Amino acid sequence: MMKEITLGQYIPGKSVLHKMDPRMKVILLVLFIVFIFASRNFVSLGIMAAAVFFVLCISGVSPRLYFKSIEAIIMIVIITSGLNLFYGTGEPLWEWRFLKITQAGINTALFIAIRITALVLISSVLTYTTSPTDLTDALERLMKPLSKLHVQVHEIAMMMTIALRFIPTLLEETDKIMSAQKARGADLESGNFIARIKSLVPILIPLFVSAFRRAFELAMAMESRCYHGGEGRTRMKVLKLSKRDYIALAVCSAVFTGVIVCSIVLPVTVRTGM
Amino acid sequence: MALLEVKDLSFTYGEKTAFEKKAVRNISLSIEKGEFIGIIGHTGSGKSTFIQMLNGLIKPSGGQVLLEGKDIWSEPKKIRNVRFKVGMVFQYPEYQLFEETVEKDIAFGPQNMKLGAEEVAKRVKDAAAFVDLKPELLKKSPFELSGGEKRRAAIAGVIAMDPEILILDEPAAGLDPKGRDVLMTQIATYHKAKGNTVLLVSHSMEDISKVADKILVMNKGDMYAFDTPKAIFSKGEEIEKIGLQIPQITKIMIGLAKSGFDVPTDIYSVEQAVMEIMKLRKSTSDILLKAPEGGAGA
Ligand SMILES: Nc1ncnc2c1ncn2[C@@H]1O[C@H](COP(=O)(O)OP(=O)(O)O)[C@@H](O)[C@H]1O
Ligand SMILES: [Mg+2]
Repeated sequence: MMKEITLGQYIPGKSVLHKMDPRMKVILLVLFIVFIFASRNFVSLGIMAAAVFFVLCISGVSPRLYFKSIEAIIMIVIITSGLNLFYGTGEPLWEWRFLKITQAGINTALFIAIRITALVLISSVLTYTTSPTDLTDALERLMKPLSKLHVQVHEIAMMMTIALRFIPTLLEETDKIMSAQKARGADLESGNFIARIKSLVPILIPLFVSAFRRAFELAMAMESRCYHGGEGRTRMKVLKLSKRDYIALAVCSAVFTGVIVCSIVLPVTVRTGM
Repeated sequence: MALLEVKDLSFTYGEKTAFEKKAVRNISLSIEKGEFIGIIGHTGSGKSTFIQMLNGLIKPSGGQVLLEGKDIWSEPKKIRNVRFKVGMVFQYPEYQLFEETVEKDIAFGPQNMKLGAEEVAKRVKDAAAFVDLKPELLKKSPFELSGGEKRRAAIAGVIAMDPEILILDEPAAGLDPKGRDVLMTQIATYHKAKGNTVLLVSHSMEDISKVADKILVMNKGDMYAFDTPKAIFSKGEEIEKIGLQIPQITKIMIGLAKSGFDVPTDIYSVEQAVMEIMKLRKSTSDILLKAPEGGAGA
């Protein structure tokens, strides 16, 4: 049951995307998101969607996992597109009482569906191909300038790393505690709302106890190894941009330029904030 | 009819994902009432996965578990009854304690069985006695107990359900040698007193060989052997080849046999070994006594 949470899970692999510098991946992801949002006609969005599809293909991650991430947001897509279907102006193609569907409405609905799906897919590429430690490492480096403003970048990154590190551990632990209580006849599946909340007590208490125990142990272990925060700390793995990162940047720049040109030259088909 | 029968049982974790892992492969065996079964194997050989299928905590990917001749998954809604009959003590069971007092925690299982208050109280008392928890500890918070006491309280929580089959997953892990011996003795005493069936997973051949009627040896998800300790240790060297420790005393006997002494190698207790070596001494001294005679004759 716990294993089915896939959104934001690293899938080890050997693709180009796995080998890319995580900083470059984060920057390109941000640019992808910006340009997907900036697309105002089907041609620009089409270019972006094609680019996303290309990235998925070279990611070396099973298509089934991408379907799963879409499955997770399918309701959001249906609801937002569904609402927009009725908001179009112009000649109605179909009408019933106050509801009417226009060509513009259909366009908007379709546009939004493609946009959300593309956004989710490109974001999952990052999390599927980048290990959580690499990801926080990249974020720490990219946010470094903020430390001038007294933002404790290193501490935030360390907390994120630890949190990410312990999510699987705690999930596993939850699984174990649930099994142990089920073995003692705990009934987690039936009963009314109150009964179900109550049945969580035998799981939550041991889980909290163990989370605190782990936290204390970890703090102790870090201190015994003289951890004293980010100041003057060097890294074992120094991030370095390589040829493939520059190539990726060049290819993406070309795509983004295409999108900009299309957005300027071609008429706007969809006006929407979402 | 066997009490528990396992037919062609298999389990795969993360089926059809990148993390697919066959943890248990085609195990078939049957266990009679009252038997003490030891389960042994390397870390990751599938012991924990195998036993979790026996009380329906995980559903087999293939094969069947028959309890008193009936497939435990024939009525999925009643799987809880199977769990009352097949009690399971997990590895590090102290992490499952959650109640305000030890007493209440031990009572959690029996209460889930919907037993009367009197019966619950009796079972708590009996179970605590089996694991030798002093009555004054029962009113304490489980989080105030020492490590060994926590472990025993958690085991009492399962014993209190009075299961027909008791399964323990490495119950002695992380205890000091003395605590380990005490716990093993308590389990053996429980088995004798109740006449129940006990399945004990352990790393230590020494611990298991002393108490088990039969031993299941697992190797990388497969059943390597399922036989009496005597039969298992007669193949001592093969067992060592798959990376398992055999009892020290068995090693000594194998060593003796290798250097030409006429001793059996399926020995796993010091008493048996002493007897065999005494026999040997007798026959060698016979030879030694005879030898000068022969020499004199020549
Ligand atoms: N929840 C799980 N998810 C995925 N794989 C698992 C899980 N539990 C165990 N495994 C894998 O299954 C194999 C058998 O594990 P386990 O039954 O725990 O072995 P043992 O108890 O003999 O050490 C191991 O390779 C382990 O990594
Ligand atoms: Mg195990």
